[in-house]
Amino acid sequence: MFHYEFITNAFIAAGIVAVVSGLTGYFLVMRGQTFAGHALSHIGFAGATGAGLIGLSPLAGLVGFTLIAGIAMGAMSDRISNRDVAIGVVLALALGFGLLFLHYYTAFATQATALLFGNVLAVDRDMIGALAGLGAITIVALGAIMRPLIFATLQPELAEAKGVPMRFISTAFLAIVALAVAACAQIVGVLMVFTLMVGPAAAAQRVTGGLWSGLATAALLALAEAWLGIAIAFETDWPVSFCIAVLSAVGYFAALALSRTRASSSAA
Amino acid sequence: MTANTVVELDHATIAVGHRAVLRDVGFAIQAGDFVGVLGPNGAGKTTLMRAILGLLPPAAGTLRVFGKTPKFGTSTIGYLPQLRTVLPDLRVRGLDYIASSLHGERWGLPSLAAADRHAIEETLDAVGASDLARRPLSDMSGGERQRLLLAQALIGKPKLLLLDEPLISLDARHQEVVIDVVRRIARQRGITVLFSAHELNQLLGAIDKVLYLGNGHAALGTVDEVVTAPVLSRLYGTEIEVLRAGGHIFVMSRGRDVERDAHQHDHDHDHGHGHAHDHHGHEH
Repeated sequence: MFHYEFITNAFIAAGIVAVVSGLTGYFLVMRGQTFAGHALSHIGFAGATGAGLIGLSPLAGLVGFTLIAGIAMGAMSDRISNRDVAIGVVLALALGFGLLFLHYYTAFATQATALLFGNVLAVDRDMIGALAGLGAITIVALGAIMRPLIFATLQPELAEAKGVPMRFISTAFLAIVALAVAACAQIVGVLMVFTLMVGPAAAAQRVTGGLWSGLATAALLALAEAWLGIAIAFETDWPVSFCIAVLSAVGYFAALALSRTRASSSAA
Repeated sequence: MTANTVVELDHATIAVGHRAVLRDVGFAIQAGDFVGVLGPNGAGKTTLMRAILGLLPPAAGTLRVFGKTPKFGTSTIGYLPQLRTVLPDLRVRGLDYIASSLHGERWGLPSLAAADRHAIEETLDAVGASDLARRPLSDMSGGERQRLLLAQALIGKPKLLLLDEPLISLDARHQEVVIDVVRRIARQRGITVLFSAHELNQLLGAIDKVLYLGNGHAALGTVDEVVTAPVLSRLYGTEIEVLRAGGHIFVMSRGRDVERDAHQHDHDHDHGHGHAHDHHGHEH
């Protein structure tokens, strides 16, 4: 299947995004902020459709909106930004705006499905370049704050006492998540970023307790699910995002079952 | 102050936002003392510890720790925060959990030097919890988690240990184990300990002094000096009776045991909200 250029492009793009999503998602799951990540992608939908309305590229709108929203959520106190209801209300509002922008820019309507559910088979060379840039920034930034991020996540009270800039860390982290979400939405769509960002990372945390092994597992699992998803889609003609979603769910529940059996066998 | 004073407050007012939690209080804790910190919910037990750590400078008066104004971030105080963070699904190993706190304020990727690993193993050994290094946090009981946190607080050989409610949600047997371990290590190493708790009776055999907080006031002294009807009535802001029976002390208000009530109350909250009501530990 690799003699088609669009398949090669899809594999490269999905590969970049899967690794970035798996690594970022690992910390998202660790911090219990997966819902915030989900909301960021919906806010990105409004950004992408809004950008189309004023003649910018959807990716620019997606990155801009998720980044602003991520920084805003981080800057607000934890009490507000971690509230499920507040996040849910903003999420629905963002989708509403996305719909409004689509309504006024009808020519864009055909792209709505691609935005919502992803269209990895339409990725071109320029997009791969953009995704590689986004991915590189995300991983470098994540590496820079990783140590205090883990401390602040596992032991917030102590981290604060030792002088970790808590507000800065949480804001910087959500900004990183925003970039990863924007990249991820290009592959699986804004509605399905959970498949690559949360599924593999959550599965990895069920099966391993080590930090580096967990990160490696999350990234490799995301990569395997993304690539296998494209291959299955190529063979079956099912949508790529559907295949990735199924693999992500299978991976998560298999990890859950594995950790359960392990727990019961060690207890016995 | 004398050379032996570890923590000294002089006409100190400590406020959280606009609320003065402690008003114009003064007391001095001597080196090597094991001090039980008691008082009703919201009396300022956590707030006092945060002030000693340098996180909350006094709004008025002075607070000195080892003769100096405590400076946030640079403290060499061992601190065991009240367990508010609930991470039930996390399979982080005990070793990695403690490792996250070593130089956790530095930027970049985490790493564990051989010396740090050695320090962690040594401190776990000191509290009799070497087996926790390899076990994931999610599989540990409440008592094991507290011992892990206690081990962590002892890294760097602190001379002052602030333990914020280390007995919370532990059964009686584990509570005794935690108290015994703290007592033993504090004696061996000459550490001054502030140990906050809900109930006085568990601590009676271990503590040298009791620091009662309530109603903005503080009273420090031996149990016989502080746990009396007049002192506690002032601190609780209501008429208190103190009954002694069979080596136990019961602090009663209108025929009810106030400490037991407070404890019960906390448990109800813990199950429902995972300490969400006490996110910063100083509001109720």
